[in-house]
Amino acid sequence: MISKEETKHIAGLARIGLSENEREKMSEDLSAILDWMKILQRADVLAVSLMEHITGLENSARGDQVEIFEKSEKLVKLFPENKNGFDKVKSVL
Amino acid sequence: MIKKLHKKLMEREISSVELTEKYLATIEKKDKDIFAYLTLTKDIALEQAKKVDKKIEKGEEVALLAGIPCALKDNILLEGVRVTAGSKILDNYIAPYDATIVSKLKKNDVVILGKTNLDEFAMGSSTENSGYGPTKNPYDQNRVPGGSSGGSAAAVASEEAVWAIGSDTGGSIRQPASFCGLVGLKPTYGRVSRYGLIAMASSFDQIGSLTQSVEDAGIVLSAISGKDKKDATTVDFFDKKFEENLEEKKKNLKIGIVKEYEKNLSPEMGKKMTEVAKFFEKEGVEILEIELPNVEYSLAVYYIIQPSEASSNLARFDGIKYGLRVNDEADSSFSESGIPKTLLETYLDTRRYGLGREVKRRIMLGTYTLSAGYYDAYYIQAQKVRTLIKTDFENAFEKVDAILTPTTPTPAFKFGEKSQNPLEMYLADIFTITANIVGVPAVSVPAGKIKIDNKEMPVGIQFLGKWFDEENLLKIAHIWEKNKN
Repeated sequence: MISKEETKHIAGLARIGLSENEREKMSEDLSAILDWMKILQRADVLAVSLMEHITGLENSARGDQVEIFEKSEKLVKLFPENKNGFDKVKSVL
Repeated sequence: MIKKLHKKLMEREISSVELTEKYLATIEKKDKDIFAYLTLTKDIALEQAKKVDKKIEKGEEVALLAGIPCALKDNILLEGVRVTAGSKILDNYIAPYDATIVSKLKKNDVVILGKTNLDEFAMGSSTENSGYGPTKNPYDQNRVPGGSSGGSAAAVASEEAVWAIGSDTGGSIRQPASFCGLVGLKPTYGRVSRYGLIAMASSFDQIGSLTQSVEDAGIVLSAISGKDKKDATTVDFFDKKFEENLEEKKKNLKIGIVKEYEKNLSPEMGKKMTEVAKFFEKEGVEILEIELPNVEYSLAVYYIIQPSEASSNLARFDGIKYGLRVNDEADSSFSESGIPKTLLETYLDTRRYGLGREVKRRIMLGTYTLSAGYYDAYYIQAQKVRTLIKTDFENAFEKVDAILTPTTPTPAFKFGEKSQNPLEMYLADIFTITANIVGVPAVSVPAGKIKIDNKEMPVGIQFLGKWFDEENLLKIAHIWEKNKN
């Protein structure tokens, strides 16, 4: 059972604002879903390693070379607010 | 359908502009009811069509897909055009570059008519979670088209596009294909680049097609597959023409039916499956019962790993870099009046107002299953069980060439029937999610109609193939399709 307090805590971790009503419904939904997932505890996984990559790729890396993205102006325009080519945000500290 | 249209274009029976205008007229007429499209790209489409007509006029060789109008799911980037992913948080977001598959389609001179509706961030099985309203099923407008690629499916089914691109994380191409009477192909994980697809659950996401025939699915796959350095999961393979030699039939073909799924079948779907199995036996295909002992854990595995990955992928939608930013103090239930809003409150309010209910639910679920103290019990456990399920499939594919299942437990359901109960909605994915869990390719093919509340609604059957063996998978699907025609 996920209490309303726990729901509030998780919402904070997830950076999601929730109203009182939403919190109540969310705590019910999460409880039901997590309850149903308990079925997994029945699986015998003692000698099983966890899935790391489904088609078995390892170290799929490319050369560490700088590529210039020529449309950076477009990205700046997509910021909700921009100033002198920078993303303008609320003060962090 | 694509080859037929290609022939007509080449023989100048119709021009690409005429064809495009015909589809745009159908959209104009039908889409106010169906609501398959979120954004139309009429000008881009007509410009592309003109280009193709000129090439044909000059006697230049053009690709099979050239000049043929298609639709693109609105979680895939088309440069210069709005891309919402079905979310209000990206309401005004203009794609700054082309997705790899869009570049590939452009090289094939494909005409893109517009961007189709989807459940917000592709989370859902009905399009009821779209921030812009649901798409209707063209066969019965009281019913859902399936999801999350419901807009793509409805567009093709209502002749508002010849074919469409979708994305499939747990069945989001195959389930709507089944609900709308189409062929839906999810390729092997790693076959198609996801660069420029708005990421949902990265270890499951794959791009594929919704088409009117298996051959069309092959044509599209040939055009969009291949290694891409911008998606490290893509694998190097020789270029294949998946649409060729579909008539070839492998000798001693064996198809498996999953014992554990029997209890999930409704009487109608059970009957349908028996009919399909009998047909294949008549065709000289051996039908074997196979066991997938851990398949019962699929839904739980999926609904732990998927929200976990989504919670991480969607952390970027916080009002800082792009999309909606809720800065106005009047909107905030957190800051006190007179006190300037803090950065934290910007995050909280942006996500509160920008994201829908299901997306919030899954982000929170994923945050919980990844949090200290619960990580081992949920996330790690799920990844281990995922290994077990994959081993089940490896064993099964030693005995059979493909696995046959229904695509969905029922035909399309009604609006509101499942939307209040997330668990019930998740159950709609029971037959489709395993292909994403283990990464194999899977295709849904129409299998006639089932009568429900006095309406004839289409249903699909699904074939799952071996990793990177779309070639044989499509051949097997074609055997069934041929019989239907």
